[in-house]
Amino acid sequence: MKAPAFDYVRAGTVTEACALLGQHGADARLLAGGQSLLPAMNLRLASPSVLIDVGRITGLDGIEVRADKLRIGALVRHETVLRSTQIAKHVPLLTEAMRHVAHPAIRARGTMGGNLAHADPASELPACMLALGAAIEATSARGTRMIAAEYFFTGLFQTALEPDEMLTAIQIPLPAPRFFFQEIARRSGDYAIVGLAASGDRLAFFSVGDRPLLFQASASLDLDPPADLQATAAMRVHLAGVLRQRALTALGIQA
Amino acid sequence: MKIALTVNGEAIGAEVEPRVHLGDFLREHLSLTGTHLGCEHGVCGACTVRIDGALARACLVLAVQADGCRVETIEGLSDSGEIADLQQAFHERNALQCGYCTPGMLIAAQDLLLRDPAPDRETIREHLSGNYCRCTGYHAIVDAIVTTAEGRQASKGVDGGPTAAMTTVVS
Repeated sequence: MKAPAFDYVRAGTVTEACALLGQHGADARLLAGGQSLLPAMNLRLASPSVLIDVGRITGLDGIEVRADKLRIGALVRHETVLRSTQIAKHVPLLTEAMRHVAHPAIRARGTMGGNLAHADPASELPACMLALGAAIEATSARGTRMIAAEYFFTGLFQTALEPDEMLTAIQIPLPAPRFFFQEIARRSGDYAIVGLAASGDRLAFFSVGDRPLLFQASASLDLDPPADLQATAAMRVHLAGVLRQRALTALGIQA
Repeated sequence: MKIALTVNGEAIGAEVEPRVHLGDFLREHLSLTGTHLGCEHGVCGACTVRIDGALARACLVLAVQADGCRVETIEGLSDSGEIADLQQAFHERNALQCGYCTPGMLIAAQDLLLRDPAPDRETIREHLSGNYCRCTGYHAIVDAIVTTAEGRQASKGVDGGPTAAMTTVVS
């Protein structure tokens, strides 16, 4: 199918993008790589009246290692994350998870910020942010604030971003503990039926509810996952238990 | 909205509605119908093109986003001869039946071979995992890509590349 008609405006700076968001409010959506938003529009699951293209704003595509954190700009593409030696060294969980994010053509355009702001509960990256205890940088005309990943994903495709806020970067605390990542999917690159991103004793499951869910390794799983064409709720609960056990074994944590 | 881009080396200026994706723009505005549209939501890979040298789904890029970019389609890769050996290998190995997925398969395969001149079968399958074929299946496609990789490695040797130099020293 084709996307419904909309207006398109290109923002040159973050300030301009925030001003446009303030002006158009909830009718507008930011467009970065477009690899989640455009399919949703083609399927008519989303029909914003205005797209604000932030894809060409400069200065948002940096990966910086500071003393105690790794900062990734919102417009860093998945492919760049996958090939970054700095990320592989400091946050290998993200490198491993990125191998499972869609396919090469989509990774070449999709962006970190776009993925997280889209908040798909079946996506790998929001779960990684929870496991890693990352913070999300949100910018608006009022300034910049940091939102802990645990408070960022608020529901199905819902985030804590205000209508006039733009996700501009993420920060991951360093050093990152040992990790485990696995997902179960029908085809390599497809959305997971169930997946688990673990960092130390923080276990973040995805594709098990309306948002990624974080559990301490010592806690028992309390899941109420949806049923769909891929799996029943009971199958998802079972698979999540299997992944949890594998993670605990791999990380040397006593169940 | 006015856009200016390069398509297969040719400068193009056009006026497009924002809702027109690059796949429709190539097919409907430029009559470049080698870019096929299957699912139109990024799953099937039939519309794969190159934008500024990187793979992209033409159905998931707006024509207005391609403003100022260098777009290459199967027509461009075909006419330049860049993938002539790959096309020949597909033909010889019967790596296509209806042909619908073939342009996307060729572009995705070429992208892999440019990065990894000697990929193993598993790597090839992983790289093509985003491209659906609904008739011949994948075995012959993987075969054709392996053949192409081997052919390119061998011809590098003949042309005086590292392999030939080493052989000369040894003999």
